[in-house]
Formats: sequence, structure tokens, C-alpha cells
Amino acid sequence: MTKLLKPFIFILCLLPLILLFINFYLDELGANPFEVLTRSTGEWTLRFLLLTLAMTPLRQLTGAPWPMRFRRMLGLFSFFYVCVHLMTYIYLDHFFDWDEIITDIIKRPYITFGMLGFVLLLPLAFTSTKKMMKRLGKRWKSLHKLVYVIAILGVLHFMLLVKADLREPIIYAFILLTLLLVRFKPALLHKLSVVARNFRANCN
Amino acid sequence: MLIKKPQDIPSSEITDHAIYLDRRKFMTSSVGLTAAATLLPIQSSVAGYGGKALNFTKDKQFDGKEELTSFGKITNYNNFYEFGTDKYSPAKNAQALTTDPWSVQIDGEVEKPGTLHLEDILKQNSLEERIYRLRCVERWSMVIPWIGFPLANLIKQAKPTSKAKFIQFETLKRPSEMTGQKRNVLPWPYIEGLRIDEAMNPLTLIAVGLYGEVLPKQNGAPLRLVVPWKYGFKSIKSIVKITFTDKEPVSSWTKAAPNEYGFYSNVNPEVDHPRWSQSKERRIGSFLKQKTLLFNGYAEQVASLYTGMDLKKHF
Repeated sequence: MTKLLKPFIFILCLLPLILLFINFYLDELGANPFEVLTRSTGEWTLRFLLLTLAMTPLRQLTGAPWPMRFRRMLGLFSFFYVCVHLMTYIYLDHFFDWDEIITDIIKRPYITFGMLGFVLLLPLAFTSTKKMMKRLGKRWKSLHKLVYVIAILGVLHFMLLVKADLREPIIYAFILLTLLLVRFKPALLHKLSVVARNFRANCN
Repeated sequence: MLIKKPQDIPSSEITDHAIYLDRRKFMTSSVGLTAAATLLPIQSSVAGYGGKALNFTKDKQFDGKEELTSFGKITNYNNFYEFGTDKYSPAKNAQALTTDPWSVQIDGEVEKPGTLHLEDILKQNSLEERIYRLRCVERWSMVIPWIGFPLANLIKQAKPTSKAKFIQFETLKRPSEMTGQKRNVLPWPYIEGLRIDEAMNPLTLIAVGLYGEVLPKQNGAPLRLVVPWKYGFKSIKSIVKITFTDKEPVSSWTKAAPNEYGFYSNVNPEVDHPRWSQSKERRIGSFLKQKTLLFNGYAEQVASLYTGMDLKKHF
């Protein structure tokens, strides 16, 4: 059962992209399907990033070891979706017009933040293997703290691109803020875990 | 989010462009024998998208060579924040709007202020079809066969005084039906404005229909402005008030983001939006992007309105 869980989660993580492609093929993405592709892959990047960040607190909260088994996979899926997201931007938005892309990166803060987030994600993806973890030792942990900076850049990227309705980016910002608080104010998490333990005790 | 609800009208049921265009070819060949006529009467019973058919003539001057955007796309991809901020909500949410009865208040610097009822407006103005490009500030565009009449007709009727330098337009504010107005994403009611000479320009249209039928609600029923050389948000929808004034109106978008949306908002590939370049656009239905034209390709008709003006400054 537990052996099947990981492949199952893997397929589940791929599902958004599969559905996106199916609906694209069926012409069910509305009048501007290219915009939907970019928007949706960007949103899934952020969702996987926040899910990844939620795994450590979740383990501490539940006391169960399973969240840690999915942390790397979720992080790599975030990287996977950002790669597709970036490709849609380079291809469908700019058709490989590098001059235009570079101007965009320099002139438009939301592109600057997004691109910086992507660049910072690269070393994390490349050092995600067990081998690299061993090789880097203690430095691996400090390097991978970058993920918090990346998440902040990702949310800023989303926030700065919307025209007037900030509701969705604010939801992401709120979740990120909660995760950051829990991470950097462990006392808060400790209190929460006590509450959770009592709750479980009461249920039993 | 991911799986879009099927369009209200499946694309399979939407009359093909070819058939639509053929109809016109048929009409042209049969009626067009009266060669000198530039306005051809069009039978109104042939549109067939489910709305109420309109009687209108066709102005050849505005019979574009470009392929029309399909009825389904024009009516299912709308920026109409009164009915939600994404482009797919208005098609659903706007159906709750009551458009009958409807009246438009005319006030400010005019000799004949008052309230015009929609029926009277329609009786007093003969309708024509005009095919215009629509360029959204978000870098997408469409080609739309509007049915309407020149705004100049209404202005002449109201007899503006010498103080009337600008016109301010106002959309209905009715949060009970326009559910998007329950959140303050923009200052409600939606306000837009034109300089009086822009408003008098023969291109400036009051539209009451598209594709031969009464304007669908998500497209700004029952009557809206169409200013084809400006970004789409200038073409205010569901108008209830027209005020003649000596002061430059401040539009809702200008109030919300003054550095991004100026009073003029003329389509201009040389003037960037602060967050993106405006040099290209994606025509809805196309894969490749195309170059955006100065004044959306209507420079010949409107460039003279702006001679001597710094278009980067007056963006």
C-alpha cells in the first residue's frame, strides 16, 4: 500500500498538466488558450512551492514521518511546473525574441522577480539528489533555505502582474506568511502541536 | 480553474464565418445591383445567434478585410469587472442584469438636458453595421461587427454649450445584479471620458448590437461606447449617464492606477504600459502575434486630433 502511495502522488502531481493539455487539445480553454496555459502553470508552480514548504511543519504538527517522504518530490514538481511556465512565456509570449525578453527582465519588476526566483530554484533542483545532499553536508541545509526567498519572489511576481483584483495573490501571500511564521517562530508551531496532540487525545 | 466549463454556446452551434460572410455576399450580389448605393439594406432575420435581430444598414466604409472574431469568442471572453474580474465570468453573471426598462440621463453643459429612454434612442437613430478592431490594453485583440450609430448624433441632439469641452460617461451601479460591484476592485460606478472632439469623431460609436443582434449583456447591453482607436477599457459599457463638462473626467481606471491608465489611452505600440510592452498583440483565435498599429490602425481618421501632443506624456 505505502509502496503504491508515491507513484500515486506522482501521477496526481502530473494531473494538472495532463488536464491542461487535454483541454487545450479539445479547444476547451476558452478564447485565449495560451494565456490560460501560462497562467495555470504559474499558479501550479506556486501551489507546489507552498505545499513543499508545508511538509516540514506538517511533520512537526502531526508527528508522523510521511510528509518528509514527499517534500523533495513536491519541490521538484514546483521546478517542473516553473520550467513549463517559463517555456510558455519564452515561446507563446515572445516567440524566442531574446531582445524583447531581456528588456522585459530589466524593465518589468514582476518579470525580474519571477526570473530571479527561477534562477535561484536551479541550484536547489540540481542539488536535490541524495548524493548531493551527502556531498554538501551541512551546507545543503543552508543552501536550501533559499526556498523561502524563492517563495517570496514567486508571490511578489503574481501580486505585481494582476491589474486590480489582488484577492488571489493575497491568498497565496497569506499562506506563505503563515508558513514563514511557523518556520521562523517555532514556539508558535510548538503551541499548535500541543493543541493538535490534545485534539488527537480527545478523539481517541 | 483548470477545467473550463463548456461555453454557453458550443462552438459547433455557432454559425460558421463562411456562412455568415456568404450571406452578406448573397445580399450584396442581389441588392448591390443598385450600384451607386453605398448603404445596403440587410434583412435582419438571418443572424441566428439567439438574440433579438436588429434592422440595420451596412456601411461599406467599415467593411473590414480582416476575418471576424467568432460570435462565441466575442461573447465568452470579456473584461467587464461589474460581473467578475476574470474574462469568463461576465458571460455567466451578466445574464442577471435587467436591461429593460433602460434610460440614459443627459446633463451638464447642454441646452437640452434630460432623460432619454432606450426605445426613443433606437427610434431616433438609424442603425448601421461597422466592423472595428478592438485592442485590449492586455495585448489581445478582436474584430467585431458592431451595430450602432455615431455618438455625434446624441451630442448634436443634446446641444452642448461652449463650456462643454469633455464628456463623462457612467455605467449603471446596481450591486444587486452587478455582483462584481460588491467588492471595491475599482471605484464604482465605472467612469470613462472623452474630449468633445474625440466624441464627435465619426468613428466614435454607440453600439446596441453585434453580429446583427441586440447586444449580449456581457458585451455591455443595452448600449455602450465603442472608440476603436483607444484601448478597450475606454469603451464603457451599459451606460446610464452622459455628462458634458469643462473639466477632464477622471476615469475609474485612472483613479485605480494613475501611472498605468491615462485619460487618452490611445492604442500606441511606442508607448509601453509600465508593466508590459504594447508593440504586439494576439488576435484572439491566432497563434502568432501581430504588430500593434498606431491608433489601432485608424491613424488616418484620428491622428489629427492629437497633432502637437506628446503622446508619451498624454498616454
